[in-house]
Amino acid sequence: MALLEVRDLKTYFKTDDGIVKAVDGVNFSVEKGRTLGIVGESGSGKSVTCLTIMGLNNKKNTITMGEALFNDQDLLRMSPRRLRDIRGNDIAMIFQDPMTSLNPVHKIGNQLREAVLLHQDVTKKQARARAVELLKAVGIPRAERRLDDYPHQFSGGMRQRVMIAMALINDPDLLIADEPTTALDVTTQAQILNLMINLQKDFGSAIIMITHDLGVVAETADDVLVMYAAEVVEQAPVEDIFRRPHMPYTWGLLGSLPRLDTETERLVQITGQPPSMLRPPAGCRFNPRCPYVMDICKQVNPPLEQVTGDPGHLAACHLDEETKDKEAAKLLAGALAEAS
Amino acid sequence: MIRYIIRRLLWAVVLFVAVTIVTYVIFFLIPADPAARACGQQVTPECVARAKHYLGLDRPVYVQYAKFFGRLVPFDIHGLAHGHEPFKTPSLGISFSNRQPVNGIVVRAAPVTASLVFGGAITWLLISVPIGILSALRPRSLLDRGAMTFVLIGISAHPVWLGLIFLYLFAFKVHVFPLGEYCNMFHAPAGSSCAGPVQWFYHLILPWFTYSILFAALYVRMIRANVIETLSEDYVRTARAKGASESRVMRSHVLRNAMLPVVTMLGMDIALGLGGAIFTENVYDLPGLGRALVQSLNNFDLPITQGIVVFGTVAIIGFNLVVDLLYAAIDPRIRLS
Repeated sequence: MALLEVRDLKTYFKTDDGIVKAVDGVNFSVEKGRTLGIVGESGSGKSVTCLTIMGLNNKKNTITMGEALFNDQDLLRMSPRRLRDIRGNDIAMIFQDPMTSLNPVHKIGNQLREAVLLHQDVTKKQARARAVELLKAVGIPRAERRLDDYPHQFSGGMRQRVMIAMALINDPDLLIADEPTTALDVTTQAQILNLMINLQKDFGSAIIMITHDLGVVAETADDVLVMYAAEVVEQAPVEDIFRRPHMPYTWGLLGSLPRLDTETERLVQITGQPPSMLRPPAGCRFNPRCPYVMDICKQVNPPLEQVTGDPGHLAACHLDEETKDKEAAKLLAGALAEAS
Repeated sequence: MIRYIIRRLLWAVVLFVAVTIVTYVIFFLIPADPAARACGQQVTPECVARAKHYLGLDRPVYVQYAKFFGRLVPFDIHGLAHGHEPFKTPSLGISFSNRQPVNGIVVRAAPVTASLVFGGAITWLLISVPIGILSALRPRSLLDRGAMTFVLIGISAHPVWLGLIFLYLFAFKVHVFPLGEYCNMFHAPAGSSCAGPVQWFYHLILPWFTYSILFAALYVRMIRANVIETLSEDYVRTARAKGASESRVMRSHVLRNAMLPVVTMLGMDIALGLGGAIFTENVYDLPGLGRALVQSLNNFDLPITQGIVVFGTVAIIGFNLVVDLLYAAIDPRIRLS
C-alpha cells in the first residue's frame, strides 16, 4: 500500500476573471521512504498540488475534487481537526523562501517548540530539548544558544536548516519540500540537498521534492512527475526520464539544463510562454509551443499512456514511438558526447 | 540603549528650542498689541507704554525669549553664584491678561485633556480592533462593507459637527447624557458640585466618542489592511502547516505582527491628540488645554499660548521616546543602537 495515493486531483480557483484550473486531474503515489520529484515551470500546478494535499489553499475561493489517500484516509474529506493532527506531525512541509517562512517576532526555539507541543504531550523543557537535538541534526553550530535567537539573526541557508529541523521534529512519514533550494545561493543549495538526503536516511521519511531544477531531481528523486499546465505529462523512474524522455516538453526541460562541461554557445529553450489556466489551449496543452506539433495535437488532448518497453513509464504525447525514440536518443547522445 | 536614550534626549532639546522660537516669532508677527488690550477701553499712549514695560514687551524679542528660556530651565545659575540652591521650579511665566501663573493654568487644564485623549484612545481601540480584525477575516462581507461605510463617514465628519449633533440628539432631545461640562475625577473645583469617577466617566462619554470617531475610522482601515496583509505572509502558512489551529494562528502569528504598526501610530496619535482635542473641548466646554489655547490666542496672551506649546512639545517628544522604546521591546528586529 502506498503511503500517499493521489487520484484525479483537481484544484480550481475562483477569480474575478473566471475559474483558473490550477491542477486538472493529477494522479500519483508516493511509497514509504522514497522520493518523488515533481518538475515543471512556474505556474504548472506543482506547488498547488501539494498545498491542496496539505489543505493550505484559501478555502473561500478554491474548489477541490478527487482523492488524496494518506494511509488510506482521504485528506481532502477529513475534518479540519483531524487534518490539523496530521499536518506537521505525519506530513510536514518545507517552503521555498526561508527568509519569509519563519515568524520574525518569535524566537527560533519557540517556533520549533510550538511544532512539538502542538502534537506531543510533553513538557516545554522536553520540547526544547527536542528542538536542540534537531538543530544539531541539521548542522547548526552552538544549537543551544541559537534557540534564543530570532530569525533575522540567521542567514538564508541557516534559516532553511531551521525550517527542515521544524519539519522533521515530529518524525513525519512524509516531507513535502516546495522548492527548498530555489531561494538559496548555489553552494548553500548543495549543502541543503545533501542534508536532506542524509536526513532521509536517518528519519526514513518519504519526500515529495517540488522543483523546476532537473539537477535537483537527478540528485534526490527515485521517481519523477513532469507537470505542464496543470497536468502530468510524463511520469517515470528517475533514470528513465534522463535515459529515454518521451515527451517534447521534457526534452525541452532537459535541453535547457546548463552544462559547465561543454562549450555549447547557447541553451536550448522552450519557446513561448506557459498558457493561461483561465483558457488553456484546446487539445494537447503544450501544442502552441511544441516543435513537433501535428493536427491531432490541436484537437485531442493525449492521455497519459504506458510507454512500451519501460514499465512504470507514462507519457502523454501523440508522436509516434519511432520519432520519440529517435529524439530521445539524439538528446542522450548529445549529452554523452558532451560528457565525454 | 542608554546611549540611544541620551542621543534622543539631546535631539529633544534641539527640537524644543526650535519649536519655542517658532512660536515666539509667529506671535510677534501677528499684528496685535497685548499692551493696548491691557489698558482696556481708555487707551492712552502713557498707559500703553506703562503696560509694555510692565509686561516686558518693550525689550527686544531675543531678550524676551532669553528671559522666557531662563525661567524655564530648572537650573538657577544666578542663584548658584550667590550660594543658593542650584535648582528651581521651571516657570512658564505669567499670563498677560489675568496675571495668573501659566504653570497653574496648564496644571489645571492638562488632566482634562489627558482624560479626553487617553480615554479617547481606549475608546477608538475598543471600536477599531474588533471591527478591523473581523472585517479582515471576512472581506467583502456585510460586516466588512458596513465597516467601510463607517470609515468613510468617520473620516469625513468633522468633530465639531459630530459633537453638536451628539449634544442635540443625546443631551438635548433625549436626556441620556449631560449637556457638556466637565467633572473632576477626584475633588470638585470651586464653583462646581460634581466630582467623582462615575460623574467623570459619565460626562466624558459623548466627548470620547466625538473625539474617537475619526481615529477609530482610520484605525479600522489600518488594522484591516494589516491583518489581511499578514494573513498572506509565508510564516502564517508555516504555522498552519505545523498544525496550529486557526485561533492559535491568529493570536500567536497574525495579530502580534499586524499590531506592530498600530503601536507606532497609537503613540504618535496620542501625542498629537492635543490638536483634535481643541475641537472637542470647545464643543463640550471642557476646561482643557485645547480650550485654554484657543482663548489665549483670542486674548493675544503669549505666555499661555507659549506655555501650552511647551507642554505639548514635551508631551510629544516624551511619547515618541516611549513608543520607540516600546517598539524595540515588541519587535526584535529593531535594535536601538
